[in-house]
Amino acid sequence: MEIILSAAIGILSASGIWLLLRPRSFQVIIGLCLLSYAVNLFIFSMGRLAPGAPPIMPKGGFVDPTLYADPVPQALVLTAIVISFATTALFLVVMIASRGMTGTDHVDGKERSQ
Amino acid sequence: MAEHNLFLLLACLPFATSLILLTLSPGARGASTWLSGLSLVAGLAILAGFLSGIRDGDVLRASMEWVPSLGMNLAFRLDGFAWLFTTLVLSIGVLVVIYARYYMPARDSLPRFYALLMAFTGAMQGILISGNVLGMVVFWELTSFISFLLIGFWHGAAAARDGARTALIITALGGLCLLTAMLMLGHVAGSHDLGVILRSGDAIRAHPWYGAILALFLLGAFTKSAQFPFHFWLPGAMAAPTPVSAFLHSATMVKAGVFLLVRFSPALGGTEAWFFTVTSIGMATLILGAAVALYRHDLKGLLAYSTISHLGLITALAGIGGPVAILAAIFHICNHAVFKASLFMAAGIIDHETGTRDMRRLSGLFRPMPFTASLAIVAAAAMAGVPLLNGFLSKEMFLAEAVDWHNGTWLDNALPYFAIVGSTLSVAYSLRFIATVFFGPQATNLPKAPHEPPAWMRRPVELLVLICLIVGILPAVTLGPTVNMAARSVVGPDLPYYKIAVWHGVNAPLILSLVAMGVGTLIYVFSAKAIATGPEGPFLLHRIRGQRIYDWLLFRLTWRLPRLALGLVSTESLQPQLRLLVLIALAVAAASLWGGLSLAPELRLHAFNPAFALLWTVGAACAIGAAWQAKYHRFAALVLLGGAGVVTCVTFAWFSSPDLAVTQLLVEVVTTALLLLGLRWLPKRRSEIPEDKLLPAKVRRSRDLVIAVAGGLGIASIAFAVMTRPVVSNVGDWFLGNAYYEGGGTNVVNVILVDFRAFDTFGEIAVLAIVGLTVYGLLRRFRPAPESVAAPDQQTQADSPSLDDYLFVPSVIMVWMFPVLIMLSGYFFFRGHDLPGGGFAAGVTLAIGFLIQYIATNVRWVEARITVLPIRWMGFGLLGAVTTGMGAWIFGYPFLTAHARYVHIPLIGEVPAATAMLFDIGVFATVVGAVVLMLVAIAHQSLRASRMREMDEAAARKEAA
Repeated sequence: MEIILSAAIGILSASGIWLLLRPRSFQVIIGLCLLSYAVNLFIFSMGRLAPGAPPIMPKGGFVDPTLYADPVPQALVLTAIVISFATTALFLVVMIASRGMTGTDHVDGKERSQ
Repeated sequence: MAEHNLFLLLACLPFATSLILLTLSPGARGASTWLSGLSLVAGLAILAGFLSGIRDGDVLRASMEWVPSLGMNLAFRLDGFAWLFTTLVLSIGVLVVIYARYYMPARDSLPRFYALLMAFTGAMQGILISGNVLGMVVFWELTSFISFLLIGFWHGAAAARDGARTALIITALGGLCLLTAMLMLGHVAGSHDLGVILRSGDAIRAHPWYGAILALFLLGAFTKSAQFPFHFWLPGAMAAPTPVSAFLHSATMVKAGVFLLVRFSPALGGTEAWFFTVTSIGMATLILGAAVALYRHDLKGLLAYSTISHLGLITALAGIGGPVAILAAIFHICNHAVFKASLFMAAGIIDHETGTRDMRRLSGLFRPMPFTASLAIVAAAAMAGVPLLNGFLSKEMFLAEAVDWHNGTWLDNALPYFAIVGSTLSVAYSLRFIATVFFGPQATNLPKAPHEPPAWMRRPVELLVLICLIVGILPAVTLGPTVNMAARSVVGPDLPYYKIAVWHGVNAPLILSLVAMGVGTLIYVFSAKAIATGPEGPFLLHRIRGQRIYDWLLFRLTWRLPRLALGLVSTESLQPQLRLLVLIALAVAAASLWGGLSLAPELRLHAFNPAFALLWTVGAACAIGAAWQAKYHRFAALVLLGGAGVVTCVTFAWFSSPDLAVTQLLVEVVTTALLLLGLRWLPKRRSEIPEDKLLPAKVRRSRDLVIAVAGGLGIASIAFAVMTRPVVSNVGDWFLGNAYYEGGGTNVVNVILVDFRAFDTFGEIAVLAIVGLTVYGLLRRFRPAPESVAAPDQQTQADSPSLDDYLFVPSVIMVWMFPVLIMLSGYFFFRGHDLPGGGFAAGVTLAIGFLIQYIATNVRWVEARITVLPIRWMGFGLLGAVTTGMGAWIFGYPFLTAHARYVHIPLIGEVPAATAMLFDIGVFATVVGAVVLMLVAIAHQSLRASRMREMDEAAARKEAA
């Protein structure tokens, strides 16, 4: 399982990095989204994998931490998901505004001079 | 104790007045004048109260906590010298305030002007009374900054802006040098206390750092005092309103530099290096300033260069050192302040009443304005050093010092010659001022008909000229004791009383004085015509201008050089920057993990599950497909991106993270909707870009592929290495153990978000709100590209009647889903503390509810029926979160401390009622507002585009008709 997830993280981030280096703004935005999946999964996996042990506590009594998934990476990723949506929105708006002003969707606002 | 507090009051009074003045309305001319004047008078009264103690040799001290964590206090110290100087500053300040009331035109805000002037007075006074050298540097820099604002007060004029900038750059750079010098001094002396430093002169002079300290210290003092070669900022500063010039260039600002020289002469002076540097620079400035002053046509320009020259004189005295020279320097500081302030004010009156300051146009003003003329003539005579005026006395002392034997070096032997040249030139320029402006035929072509100014505008000048006369005639009973007291506090208590007298008999200084007056008169008489028609500088000197060198340097350093450097190391292109970023990240990770990244000896692996493998086969295919298709098939890429997102979401659920799975799924929905809305505004791309087939593009792609694969491999191996390690106990265990007892909730992730780490969450919702507003703000000015304005093909080809009812059934279902989604949102919210859900998930759900209405019908239909005010949602959300946090203060707990309990509600049962829930309501509302705001703002662009289209069509129809 671990090997699958790490491969998945690797593929997601490789696709994201590749797109990040592309010239068209839409490619970059898709790349950022893929990269944010990869990073979220990466942070999440730092708490180790624990199938079937959600961090929902009983009401009272002794709590054995080893029986539950680590809640800290989850809390970090939860806000990261929402924030990455916000940055995607911001970038999208910058992208369409730049497209409206410059007439091109190249990330530099002008086509590469040959 | 009363004295201590009064002293602190004295230090704070100008600043407090400045703050009060800022609150007055711009029209409050009278009130602001009275307020500032009285504040200064109050300061003078406090000083008068201190006099008896100071006269006995007391040193008054007071301190205020400043940065207690660093052990830094704002210490103040008042001795005889500081007392005299502060009194001088405040007295001239009162007169300048009165004068400015009549000088400043009605269109300027007088309270603002006075506020700056008061702040400047406070800063200047701060330099004088600082007991800590670091505090002194702070006040020193403060005078640089406030003088920038004062010189640039008429910021509409380019000359004022340039002058202010030059003054700031030169004096602030000097201030930085001074700061370094003071830090080094503090290190050498072992304390930053002024008294300690002044006492440890021997240790400082013997220290190997002495040379560096002296150089830096002198750079600070010389730049401030406009000494050659830094003198050029002072003439540029003449673009300031005249009251500012009268204040800054007589008693304050430039005098701060000579104050420093005199103050620190016991600690740093007395060496050959000090004597040679300070004396030679002072003498050079004295002669150069006087020579240029003779040739300036602008009245204030003449006075500016004369100020430079007189500052050179004081500097030279400080350089010569010795008790009498120090006393003479202090005496000349006072005398120069008095006559130069009156001359600046007189020049201001002439400018005010005639409309020009050009001496080639001014002439014969004695007849229309006899009183002002007489006052100015007396003051100018004091400047020239005519007997029975105060300027004569200190200049006489200067000449005596120059003639005196000190150390027999060549400079010491040459001093009398330099001194006589300087004195002669100063007689010549003073005479030029008197003769051209007040005598000769009466000028006829002046912009205004000259006449006497309002009486109260002249009063300050009258008072100052009176002081010139009284001090000049009766020095021993007026300023004599005070100057002696000041000199004693600098040099030491064993200074013998020096009797300042008008008549010392016929001696060398007197003869030199008379020679200077005679030769100076001759110089002016024989060169008057040549000066009036010539350039503004002697011989070839006007061609070499400090200002020009400075401008050249400034242009090179702040314009050419940065651009050159930018051209070398920077690019405006995004791709190389991102590539560099990725490569550096890779390099740093590789460098720090090289050899250190190893697998755990016993891998902690979970059993292989084929379903999960299949899941991620699909996910990886989606990711690679999205990367593949993002250029030419955006819609396909978007769908594939969604696929990768869903797989991620399932992974979260798989590994015990229901909260993440829910949030990811919901956010996935809004992200996709958002990107779909954005697609509308991108250019169509059906045919391939031909350049993509060429070799350079292929090379670029292969290179990026290598980088991407390397990055992917790296992050995958790190993830694998960490995931297979055994768990180490961490803070998460504490959260797990205490979530219920401390946070009152069983869903630990939610408890962390809204209780344990609520402050972080608060920061995050603030970011979300800011992004929402930014998106909204950016889109308000959005103009689509021309080719995107036309209605999309899908709408224009909708001729066939079958498309009229397109998606009719789904849209009805979607409208009906609205209440269901509201309920779902409430469900997520209320179970959040105990079970997966919470404010984030609930907020996004509600936002989706609104969004679906927009998708199902259209913007106009929705907005006719529902009023969504996303900005209010955000505002109330943030306010709610903050108020909840602040509520903890009432009970004496820190910000955002939560209280948790369960409330029993009949029929429903135990319900968690933690204050964290109130906070979660804030999170919920902010998320709803921000998400809806962003989506609606983008959706509205279509509406605007269609409105634009309708307007165009209407215009076209009108034209056709």
